[in-house]
Amino acid sequence: MKPTDISNPDYFHKVVDCQWACPAHTPVPEYIRLIAHGRYSDAYMINWKSNVFPGILGRTCDRPCEPACRRSRVEDETLVKGKKEPVAICRLKRVAADYKDDEGILAAMPKAPAKNGKRVACIGGGPASLTVARDLAVLGYEIVIYDQDPKLGGFIRTQIPHFRLPEHVIDEEVGYITGIGNIEFRHQKIDSMKKVLTEGYDAVFVGSGAPRGRDLDVPGRQEAAANIHIGLDWLSSVSFGHTTKVGKRVIVLGGGNTAMDCCRTARRLGGDDVKVIVRSGFDEMKASPWEKEDAMGEDIPILNMLVPKEVKHDNGKIKGVLFEKVKAEYDDKGRRTLKPSGEPDEFHECDDVLVAIGQENAFPWIEADAGIEFDRWGLPKLGETTLQSTNKKIFFGGDAAFGPKNIIWAAAHGHDAAISIHKMLIGENVEERPAPGVNIVSQKMGIHEWSYDNAPTIDHRFKVPHRAKQEALKDIMAEVELGFDPKLAFNEAQRCLNCDVQTVFTGKLCIECDACVDICPMDCITFTPNAEEKELRQQLMAPALNPTQDLYIGNDLKTDRVMVKDEDVCLHCGLCAERCPTGAWDMRKYYMEMTQAEHACRQH
Amino acid sequence: MTYIAKPKLHHPSLVKNKAGYTRRDYEGAVSTLCAGCGHDSISAAIIQACYELDILPHQVAKLSGIGCSSKAPTYFVGASHGFNTVHGRMPSVMTGANLANKDLIYMGVSGDGDSASIGLGQFAHVMRRGVNMTYIVMNNGVYGLTKGQFSATADKGSISKKGVANSDESIDLVSLAILMGATFVGRSFSGDKHQLVPLIKAAMAHKGAAFLDVISPCVAFNNHAGSTKSYEYVREHNEALNRLDFIESREEITTRYDPGTTTTVQQHDGSFLRLRKLGEEYDASDKVAAMKRVQEGLAAGEVVTGLLYLDPTPKDLHHNLNTVDAPLNTLDTADLCPGSGVLDRINASLR
Repeated sequence: MKPTDISNPDYFHKVVDCQWACPAHTPVPEYIRLIAHGRYSDAYMINWKSNVFPGILGRTCDRPCEPACRRSRVEDETLVKGKKEPVAICRLKRVAADYKDDEGILAAMPKAPAKNGKRVACIGGGPASLTVARDLAVLGYEIVIYDQDPKLGGFIRTQIPHFRLPEHVIDEEVGYITGIGNIEFRHQKIDSMKKVLTEGYDAVFVGSGAPRGRDLDVPGRQEAAANIHIGLDWLSSVSFGHTTKVGKRVIVLGGGNTAMDCCRTARRLGGDDVKVIVRSGFDEMKASPWEKEDAMGEDIPILNMLVPKEVKHDNGKIKGVLFEKVKAEYDDKGRRTLKPSGEPDEFHECDDVLVAIGQENAFPWIEADAGIEFDRWGLPKLGETTLQSTNKKIFFGGDAAFGPKNIIWAAAHGHDAAISIHKMLIGENVEERPAPGVNIVSQKMGIHEWSYDNAPTIDHRFKVPHRAKQEALKDIMAEVELGFDPKLAFNEAQRCLNCDVQTVFTGKLCIECDACVDICPMDCITFTPNAEEKELRQQLMAPALNPTQDLYIGNDLKTDRVMVKDEDVCLHCGLCAERCPTGAWDMRKYYMEMTQAEHACRQH
Repeated sequence: MTYIAKPKLHHPSLVKNKAGYTRRDYEGAVSTLCAGCGHDSISAAIIQACYELDILPHQVAKLSGIGCSSKAPTYFVGASHGFNTVHGRMPSVMTGANLANKDLIYMGVSGDGDSASIGLGQFAHVMRRGVNMTYIVMNNGVYGLTKGQFSATADKGSISKKGVANSDESIDLVSLAILMGATFVGRSFSGDKHQLVPLIKAAMAHKGAAFLDVISPCVAFNNHAGSTKSYEYVREHNEALNRLDFIESREEITTRYDPGTTTTVQQHDGSFLRLRKLGEEYDASDKVAAMKRVQEGLAAGEVVTGLLYLDPTPKDLHHNLNTVDAPLNTLDTADLCPGSGVLDRINASLR
């Protein structure tokens, strides 16, 4: 194998699994360390810069970082007394938001400079548009955000129940953005793209989400319409206080996170007998495991492999839903089809049905001759990184871009679109994307002393305290999760392995004494004759069986062998560097920040 | 010196041996030797050997004298017996321990100062008595604990860190051990575990006096240009005579080699040693030839390594003394004082 090129920023970025997995590439280990140090405001600002909504995401993020966390690959079940678990990254983010110095943060927020004369319209007031607004307002752009709802926030405000995300958190974080200045909010439903274009905007960003909930198409649906609600609309109506109660027996159709929000909301509005009924099997459900867990914890059964067949009613008065039982069959390509199992149909009585079987993108307000081409799924044709549509002045982001995703993707899209808009408006090539900012610094403080806590703990993942169930179900505004207290937060933060503190090898200094090989608790270092990757992976101290994780190849050794380090299971404990007599190993903190619009352009 | 303990977390593929332990279970306390010390690599090789031999840690007795090397037993097989003796007196303590309880696996760990200077006499006698043991000298050619003076194994003419040449002749412990009657003698290098681990395993399986001279560079005081015990010098001058495969039983011999390139020897405990020839013809069972080849190597400035001498059917101390089968420390009063009737019979037999 070729020696590893560590000057490529992607190499060490990939070692920081959480940051690599995060759509916005938030520097996770850095902010976790700051939380451990009690520097909550600094931790908050790192998040704020990167993902814009730390308090919101710390409660609601889909957390792609957590399944990627190295901790879940290296824990030993008997040592930690429980199954392998990632660091509770998402909930630590909330800690930063909970304990930050609010006034200090407010004072640290950027302020818009003098207007630069360019105007940008954002359609939809959700996370993608707000991110675009933030990134561009600080550059002097004048931003106008349109939304059909009376307050900014979009999906965050209308679809996520307040018992998961209190409204004051939304107000605070939306406020940080509008507080920058140069951002105008217009409570106005947009029904014509062409009309927007006539208003002379220099660029238009579409962050209108995927606002249409898919409907149920079975006999009886229309007749019993009074008690059948589209989940998205129903949640929104609850959020704005228009809907305050629901029948005692409620069926929620669908297996995604919206279904989980619907059923838990129903439990708080008078639903005693609430159940979720899903076509697919339990494991294939789209809802996050923790959301399923929370729903079941509130006495909501989840019934699987049942396809709605007919809504039974008595002259329009709903009686219940009839389901066909199915089983999953897989073809030779692994594609799943649901076939009737032949068992008798199941009937479930109910007073209300909430339909949460998916979302669709809908752009009825974009005229066919607005210059925006759509693909056969009804999604705009976009540059993958530029998010620019076929109308060069119009950009898309969030769920409006590639279909329903989540908040953290919306923020990432917002940053990308802001870069594109800025580049376009200053006459640069939008295809040329800015490189990330990288800083790599040795963490050596003394002969065997490092500037980070290098001893890994063997604690099992700490649970976030919850409000008592009785109390939580009584009040739809009462937040269920109480968040970590500082002590729990510290202990959880100490579970982080500091994967951003990289093991950097300099072959010229190495005397091949094997000290690093002998001390490495994970057997990840081997000195061996070079070979092809497939062979090398087998001839190491311990086989490197995870092909998604790189081998670090160091050369320049006197014996012409190579140093091979399997990045997969490294604890970043620094013992290799501590036992190295010549400093051939060093622990260097790799801080990588995505470049945003503010610094993305005019590189000269 | 290391500030944190080695983390308990381990590679997910770590497997248990027949004794029910992982390799990590054979570790000891974290080393306080200098970073990069060859002794730590030898400790790691001993850990690997004990793991591969499915050894029960409580059946191992580690004995050492004084010096950097003699600190090393703390850093491997933590759950075994240990005895840190007076300087140079480890061999006699080990002889005593072995006499009292021959069922334990004895591992003597010593250094060039401990064995070739203050303990040279003890070294000679433990070999000639054939104590069933594995005697490892971690040989770095300097007194590391007193800041790098030449030890008795430093080669004549080698240069100290301060630039002074050694004017004294060196003691070659390998030649001495063969001469004194050790029945398993090898030399290896701390930086070559592929060679060292099988040698340690074979030595531990050997039912007699097994001696291993392991060149172990002192990173602090003897790893410079002009040293003959540095990583670089030993790598350049290493003349391995053979490669050893240690095979626990006949069934496991699966790899085939060209005829004439390997010699297979059965040891007393049933294990097999397969010696793969590297270059020249070398017969490790020929004591005179072995002494000759080792001396030739010394004269040529080579570091001759490998299994240098082996008597596959050794007679150990207990055999020579004709002791009973049971370890002496298990004999109770009835065995040891069989009564006046037995005494009368013995006396009568002498009249």
